Amino acid sequence: MITQDKLKAEDFVARTGNEAVAEAMRQINPDVVAAYPITPATEIVQIFSGFLADGLVDTEFITVESEHSAMSACIGASAAGARVMTATSSQGLSLMAEVLYIASGLRCPIVLAEVNRALSAPINIHCDHSDTMAVRDSGWIQIYAENAQEAYDNLIQAVRIAEDQEVKLPVMVCMDGFIISHGLEVVRLLKDVQVQRFVGPNKPAYSLLDVEYPITVGALDFTDFYFEHRRQIAEAMEKAKTVICKVGEEFGVEFGRSYGFFEGYKMEDAEYGVIAMGSTAGTAKVAVDELRKKGMRAGLLKLRVFRPFPVTELINATKGLKAMAVLDRADTLSTNGGPLFQEVCTALYAEDHRPKINNYIYGLGGRDITPFDLEKVYQELPKLAAGEEKAKPRYLGVRE
Amino acid sequence: MKLQELTEKPDLFTGGHRACAGCGFPILIRLVMSVVDTPVVVGAATGCLSVTTALYPYSSWRVPFIHNAFENAAATISGVEAAYCTFKRRGRLNTEIRFIAFGGDGGTYDIGLQSLSGTMERGHRILYICYDNGAYANTGIQRSSATPRGANTTTTPVGKKSYGKIRPRKNLTYIMADHGIPYVAQAAISHWRDLMTKTKKALETEGPSFINVMAPCRLSWGNNPQETVDLVEEAVNSCCWPLFEVENGKWRLNFKPKTKTPYHHWLRRQTRFRHLFHPTENEELIQDLQAEVDRNWEELLSRCQ
Repeated sequence: MITQDKLKAEDFVARTGNEAVAEAMRQINPDVVAAYPITPATEIVQIFSGFLADGLVDTEFITVESEHSAMSACIGASAAGARVMTATSSQGLSLMAEVLYIASGLRCPIVLAEVNRALSAPINIHCDHSDTMAVRDSGWIQIYAENAQEAYDNLIQAVRIAEDQEVKLPVMVCMDGFIISHGLEVVRLLKDVQVQRFVGPNKPAYSLLDVEYPITVGALDFTDFYFEHRRQIAEAMEKAKTVICKVGEEFGVEFGRSYGFFEGYKMEDAEYGVIAMGSTAGTAKVAVDELRKKGMRAGLLKLRVFRPFPVTELINATKGLKAMAVLDRADTLSTNGGPLFQEVCTALYAEDHRPKINNYIYGLGGRDITPFDLEKVYQELPKLAAGEEKAKPRYLGVRE
Repeated sequence: MKLQELTEKPDLFTGGHRACAGCGFPILIRLVMSVVDTPVVVGAATGCLSVTTALYPYSSWRVPFIHNAFENAAATISGVEAAYCTFKRRGRLNTEIRFIAFGGDGGTYDIGLQSLSGTMERGHRILYICYDNGAYANTGIQRSSATPRGANTTTTPVGKKSYGKIRPRKNLTYIMADHGIPYVAQAAISHWRDLMTKTKKALETEGPSFINVMAPCRLSWGNNPQETVDLVEEAVNSCCWPLFEVENGKWRLNFKPKTKTPYHHWLRRQTRFRHLFHPTENEELIQDLQAEVDRNWEELLSRCQ
């Protein structure tokens, strides 16, 4: 994903994911932030509060009493035409769930920094994707980061994507709890002026504060209009695909790091592939390199955008594969595989020539995944391709 | 405030809404909106108010209006107010705007209490008005924590072993006063001048304010539409719904009836209490309810000294 450095002015600094995201928030200087602390996302607004205390931002920071109120206040502020941000994790996102649907339904371009963490019970503070997968159909765009750099870049792009008049949908910028949020990495920050120029001013079409032109937000739809309004959200999601790519490319032109739906790692001639999201993609790259040394034509498809789901692009990206494994850091508990597996299977089903697909549910509650684990996943794939093994959802790294 | 002047003010809340004939809250909204003399943004909790006044593609609101969900009217309007503060500070807006949120007793006493408490504690300049009809009227008259003791509701139905709601109502106005916010009041749609004065005071308050207003649901109370206002007046006269305010910590009684009418007079006029009188009168309970009203009234008087 990272191409070449076009701008020498970029700073190389050591930042955790949370610090990098907070830094992006400072540079964006949103109109309103409403947030409630939760591990491991707490730091984001904590650091942001420090910026506020030092006068580095002049955001209105609403220190709400819950995540439900955080999202509710974000919706109010967004409907008033403000550029709005929040951050949360796990149970916090679940508590927001009701209002997440309202945020997208009312077409509020809110940006949420989401630090992926397991859901209770048992209570666990470590990484998996159960929290964001539980709200995957809430009408929010979901972008996942492999590392702190991507979390930073994604957050900046998210503002543009959300506020695009063709989209007007909220965006969740996801990063793996602790692994990214608390891992210290070298990050290249942009200059404040570059960020501000890139995001530009927010130009809402409507505002509750336009008292000369009063609008009613959140009216009741009966059977005569509800369906059309929901259909429009689906249409906006479709249009978001173009906007996500356009913004990702523009980011690349400006700053040398371009983004799309996927990052393909050694996929050009790959026969066996893994599709994964988040920090695991970094681990999988190591496995790919090792397997290549051993002669396997292995490749990795890192999915960056889960909502909207890039169906056509997935079909094209997996065309050359004989077999692939879908890695899910969440379980649907449907006994029919993880959420990403189900999406991938649905997307490829209508294709005449498609790879055999396996599913691994892994890393729940922060259970570590190693390059060695991933090598084993790849080594199963030739058997699957040859029909020696039947595809079925399985669990990786758990004591059965 | 002269009646003549009020009739000449433009209606910011128009007719054509779907509220029942004899419903309390449209009366309340019209009174509140007639006091408003700066632009306002109105928020509302899910409930009869939101579903009868904003039905796509129609709206009764000639001011900006937002409905979000059931339990978050306060948090939502606090977000709107925060956006306003930023815009003012950043020079993107010069107009003086006030913010009002409406919620029923379900959305205020119960499911929305946390959101309301948080909003008030944070000090947003918002007026929150509860239209208290003593039940979840919109979903078909279930009990709320504002339902008076003895009332027949669909979740506290009268039966062989039940006389209706067993628990007394929660005193939300006191709870809000205990937040230490600059202005808290209790009002009633029957005492329109008092209600309008309180609204005006609240809107002029530099900080959070809360007004709890008795506004009946005639379907759950079981009165004729034309009796709605009169029934509220009777409640005030019985002292079960006193009119008072707490201004910067100072408690003040706004109305003392010349003659305190017996509580059962008010109860008798409502079908939700019919079982207390028919087929036989539950004298013991009625006396108990009267004692409760008296006790609360005396306690309020001591606060207002």
